[in-house]
Amino acid sequence: MVSDPLLYVENLVTSFRTEYGTVTAIDDVNFSVKAGKTLAIVGESGCGKSVTALSIMGLLPQKISSIDHGKIVYAGEDILQKSSQERQQMRGNEISMIFQEPMTALNPVYTVGQQISEVFKIHRNYSNKKARQEALRMLIEVGIPDPEKRLDEYPFQLSGGMRQRVMIAIALACEPKILIADEPTTALDVTVQAQILSLMKKLQQEHGTAIIFITHDLGVVAQVADEVVVMYAGKVIEQGDVYQIFEDPKHPYTKGLMSSLPSINDTKDKPLNTIEGNVPSLSHLPIGCRFSTRCDIANHKCVETSPHLKPMNIGHHVSCHSAHAEEA
Amino acid sequence: MLTYIIRRLLHMIPILFGVACLVFLLFTAVGEDPVRVTLGEHATPEAVELLRAKWGLDQSLPKQFLDFLGQIVTFDYGRSYNTDDRIVDMFNQGALVSLSITGPPFVIGTILNLIIAVTIAYYRGSKFDRYSTVVFVAAMSVSYLVYIIGFQYLLAFKADLFEINGYAHGLESIPFLLLPWLITIVVTAGPDIRMFRTVFLDETKSDYVRTAHAKGTSEPKILLVHIMKNAMIPILTYTVNAIPFLLLGSFVMERFFSIPGLGDMMITALNNGDFPVIKAMTMMIALAFSVFNLLTDILYAWVDPRIKLS
Ligand SMILES: Nc1ncnc2c1ncn2[C@@H]1O[C@H](COP(=O)(O)OP(=O)(O)OP(=O)(O)O)[C@@H](O)[C@H]1O
Ligand SMILES: [Mg+2]
Repeated sequence: MVSDPLLYVENLVTSFRTEYGTVTAIDDVNFSVKAGKTLAIVGESGCGKSVTALSIMGLLPQKISSIDHGKIVYAGEDILQKSSQERQQMRGNEISMIFQEPMTALNPVYTVGQQISEVFKIHRNYSNKKARQEALRMLIEVGIPDPEKRLDEYPFQLSGGMRQRVMIAIALACEPKILIADEPTTALDVTVQAQILSLMKKLQQEHGTAIIFITHDLGVVAQVADEVVVMYAGKVIEQGDVYQIFEDPKHPYTKGLMSSLPSINDTKDKPLNTIEGNVPSLSHLPIGCRFSTRCDIANHKCVETSPHLKPMNIGHHVSCHSAHAEEA
Repeated sequence: MLTYIIRRLLHMIPILFGVACLVFLLFTAVGEDPVRVTLGEHATPEAVELLRAKWGLDQSLPKQFLDFLGQIVTFDYGRSYNTDDRIVDMFNQGALVSLSITGPPFVIGTILNLIIAVTIAYYRGSKFDRYSTVVFVAAMSVSYLVYIIGFQYLLAFKADLFEINGYAHGLESIPFLLLPWLITIVVTAGPDIRMFRTVFLDETKSDYVRTAHAKGTSEPKILLVHIMKNAMIPILTYTVNAIPFLLLGSFVMERFFSIPGLGDMMITALNNGDFPVIKAMTMMIALAFSVFNLLTDILYAWVDPRIKLS
């Protein structure tokens, strides 16, 4: 490894207490993030992407969830050992997060300026006036036209794309080292999506921010990611750099995802590839490999024992018995 | 904003006109003849004529209606058939008394209940939250009248902590008002706090709260700054809607504590067929409702920019 990771997640296990008993939403998740790089987490709905993000942020619903195992190490310290007040001081300052729903993520009854200023007041102790100036600077930085006027407008007066820019301004106000973006462009139309992505890229280059980008859109992954983590039913099943994952996927699930990407060369009549079957429910997981119920090449070993994440090439890890056997 | 208020004020005119028509129709066409009620069956025709002329009942109906509209516009409703006092004076005096019964506990109670509800919302899901819920639900299931009678008997009669009933004017009225105030605060606590708590907890689930957490905002600040202003929208509706019922509550309280407020005035007028007083009261109540409505909407616009700016 060239540079030390800024943050790494080690054997993380997070569970929820539900009416149907305790479910383990993410099970033994490992990955690391480097400064200035983008790590994409991909996977189907319910595979645990948001839970991973919320675990890092310390924003899990306290009463019904718990982190049962593992470490989240940032700047050499396990942040899971920190007090809730210390975690609060990190949020929006060292680690920020933006969300999928720009329509509702902003407070409807406060102005854009007030909502950006707040971050400066919390983490930098700025006066009202100074915080407002800084908020204006942030609006300019995220490319909002007519920023002086927008400062005093309310979220409902802004389009979805503009609101997401405001969210980015809030998240990046205190120059955090890490930005977690949970499907930040899913609710936006394609052109706006492209604008937001290039804005995030630009700001990342200027400030050296590490981004954890959560999405289920592989097209977006190809555009933004340096590294990719593929999750399935709460487990990381493959991870590697973006070329390894796109050019040389090893896990049958990743292969399936890649072949389900439509290509410009496909004829119109060619049916889109899809992966048959459904993700198993977290309360009724198979004993062996979690993907075995949908896997074309599953054998008895897959059904009986759960594979572990093992390195295939430098930086390329896969959790699949068949892939491991091939390698051996 | 100003145009909005003016527009809303103009909206009130047709509503109040409608009420005026109804009131006039009811008391001229349908009601008993007030002259007969006052003078009795055996009055001489001359006496009847004289009283008719004095009360303006000898005029044509359209003229009488115009006079009534004139009264509404000038707020001068003439004199009571019964006591010959000016109705405006009677009303002002009664309203002051009624307001002094319900106004202070309404303001104090609402603020107190808000504080308690915020505190409960802060400790949501805890033992404190659960026990308080039980207490308030139990308190709410007891009738208003039980509180009045119970408190009057136990606190005033048995324990002699308060005056049982009666009234004096000016500041001397306070000893007589303490018990009605206490009862009003106790009776409204249950429903208010339950409602406020629910509103706060609903807001807690909003996305903007999650954003505030992600910014590093502290829990108390999220509750008092982010959630409070959003919660004020439903809370204001609820609170202002409760005001008319406070007036009714006051009527009941006036009966039980022999306090001469509007309720007392209304009941006396009804018993005596004192039509001008009843008509005036009805118009005043209609006006009060319209004004409260307007007031809520202005308050709304003040807290909710989506209304203010649209
Ligand atoms: N608040 C919660 N209460 C109970 N279970 C939860 C809760 N949040 C998440 N889970 C569990 O964790 C699993 C993973 O959820 P998560 O939100 O991380 O999925 P996701 O990968 O982000 O999906 P999506 O693409 O739909 O956002 C869910 O399937 C669910 O079982
Ligand atoms: Mg999610």
